[in-house]
Amino acid sequence: MGILEVKNVGKRFGGLQALSDVNLSIAERSVHAIIGPNGAGKSTLLNCLVGKLIPDTGSVMFDGQSVLGRKPHEINQMGISRVFQTPEIFGDLSVLENMMIPCFAKRDGAFELNAISNVLSQKDVVERAEHMLEEMNMADKRHMTSSSMSRGDKRRLEIGMCLSQEPRLLLLDEPTAGMARADTNNTIDLLKQISEERDITIAIIEHDMHVVFSLSQRITVLAQGTPLVEDTPDNIKGHPKVREAYLGETQTAA
Amino acid sequence: MLGLNKQDTRLLLLVVILTMAAPFILNPFPEGSAMAQFNAGYPDLMQRFVIFGIFAIGFNILFGLTGYLSFGHAAFLGIGSYAAMWMFKVLGMNVLPALALSVIMSGIFAVFIGYISLRRSGIYFSILTLAFAMMSYSLAYSVLATDMDGPDKQGLLQKGLTGGETGLQLTLQDPRILGQQTTAEGNIPVPSLFGLEMRSAAELNVGDWVFTFSAGYYFAAFVMLLSFYLSIRIFRSPFGLVLKSIKSNQQRLNYTGMNPKPYMLAAFVISGMYAGLAGGLMASMDPLAGPERMFWTASGEVVLMTILGGVGTLIGPVLGAGAIKYMENILSKINSDILHTWFAFLPDGLEDFVVAIIYPFIGKGWHLTLGIIFMLVVIFLPGGLVQGGQKIAGMFRGKKAADEKADGKTTPAE
Repeated sequence: MGILEVKNVGKRFGGLQALSDVNLSIAERSVHAIIGPNGAGKSTLLNCLVGKLIPDTGSVMFDGQSVLGRKPHEINQMGISRVFQTPEIFGDLSVLENMMIPCFAKRDGAFELNAISNVLSQKDVVERAEHMLEEMNMADKRHMTSSSMSRGDKRRLEIGMCLSQEPRLLLLDEPTAGMARADTNNTIDLLKQISEERDITIAIIEHDMHVVFSLSQRITVLAQGTPLVEDTPDNIKGHPKVREAYLGETQTAA
Repeated sequence: MLGLNKQDTRLLLLVVILTMAAPFILNPFPEGSAMAQFNAGYPDLMQRFVIFGIFAIGFNILFGLTGYLSFGHAAFLGIGSYAAMWMFKVLGMNVLPALALSVIMSGIFAVFIGYISLRRSGIYFSILTLAFAMMSYSLAYSVLATDMDGPDKQGLLQKGLTGGETGLQLTLQDPRILGQQTTAEGNIPVPSLFGLEMRSAAELNVGDWVFTFSAGYYFAAFVMLLSFYLSIRIFRSPFGLVLKSIKSNQQRLNYTGMNPKPYMLAAFVISGMYAGLAGGLMASMDPLAGPERMFWTASGEVVLMTILGGVGTLIGPVLGAGAIKYMENILSKINSDILHTWFAFLPDGLEDFVVAIIYPFIGKGWHLTLGIIFMLVVIFLPGGLVQGGQKIAGMFRGKKAADEKADGKTTPAE
């Protein structure tokens, strides 16, 4: 049993069958990549996992509990954190404040009317946020407005915000999209370090094969809304079906 | 001090000093001088400054922190006024129970209106709140103003719950079970705080200057200071931080395990209660409540105040409220005769010309002046008057810093 079990999931948008009969099992503490050409249904699948979309058929179980019908914040509180394609952070707030919000969510749950005490008097949250910033090597930026940082730093902050909640499953939606090569490599190193040092499962949707092959232990290839193959990176590389899905036709190795 | 950091304490002290000394500060010109019409230190206007200050402080908790623009906040102002009036009619003339009911009633209505309006965001939220406020206005204007006593009786509900167009007024027949029904002279009693009448005032003559100290003003100012202090605490609290994060990126907050809905509703209710408090105070200063207090222009006014002063800043809404109420009361008093006396030194033709140019901007045309000022502020100072103040302070500080550099001194980094 994996930590995330997707069974027979289907999703239709009008005349478009975006997902059909998707079965996926993500093993605990692994790095699992989901790849596929444009329009394969990767993002739809991800949105079904985090509560943004509800699949028409099938089930999604996280650690033995169904996530279907739950709101995004409830699913997050179950232990699933999501990193977006473009870094989603609180741009108007300082880096430290950004980091404090997930810490408050972790401590106080989905809602807590704490309207009188000062933010800085919440020592446990402040310490936790500071600690997380240090781990992310961002302590020197703590008073910066987060929107003024580089894209790589924003991504780093976003990942740090997710990690501060100690999620059991981290979902990343093309985390290196639009990044320069140096930033991409930094992100790969960061994710590698995270998966080695923490008790965490990482599921990653990615276009960039360099990222996929340097990170993941299992790869699922999605094409036209359904899983084509699932295997180790080495086996995926030479798989004829994968080449077909990406290149549109079977080509013999040159 | 009081759980605030140094900067906020300084701001609070400044506001305390300004409000306490307002009768002096707002009356800089001696009585009878040509400039005396610019004096704003009379009780009625000073009370308006602080009451609308409370209204705007509360509005800013919603609009400034979460970015949700309510266009119907005047509904709560009206509800607060009616609630206070009913307390005066039924219970007695003490203002404290009246204000308590104002806050409670507006809070109850805010839960209801907020719960429905917050199902949408952006312009749809604004329109929903506007619709609710106009519905409240119609209810108060006609539906709830019908005779509920029966045609043959002359009881409490003879003019309905709201009194309709003429508004809800006190009468000699009101029961006032805990207080006196009529004064010894046979008049309707006036709102008071344990016997201290809100309309009582002391005058101080210093040379040509006359300073008026009104009990009503100081009571309202005290309530305003409490509200202001509470809003600072809210701004600096974890709750305030979450509200700011809703404005910044609601999607991220959703995926960070927090539910924005109850936070928004709490902010809406708190700001509605502030409006109710302001409404109750208005009724306490002048025991009369009319439906026009709920009209959409009243809702728009508080939006203008907040934006003019500085959205999301602590002191901005108070400044904005003061600026607008000052213009409304002072500019509108100037008429063409006064203009002619000012420009009497000019040659006749030129005098008429100058007066003709300025005339549309004064008297009833004060809205035109307000519009121009509002436009200038929004275009050049998007942060409102507060940003203007910061720019000026920054210019002085920049100059000072440059001087110090020239002296070869270094300033330690903050």
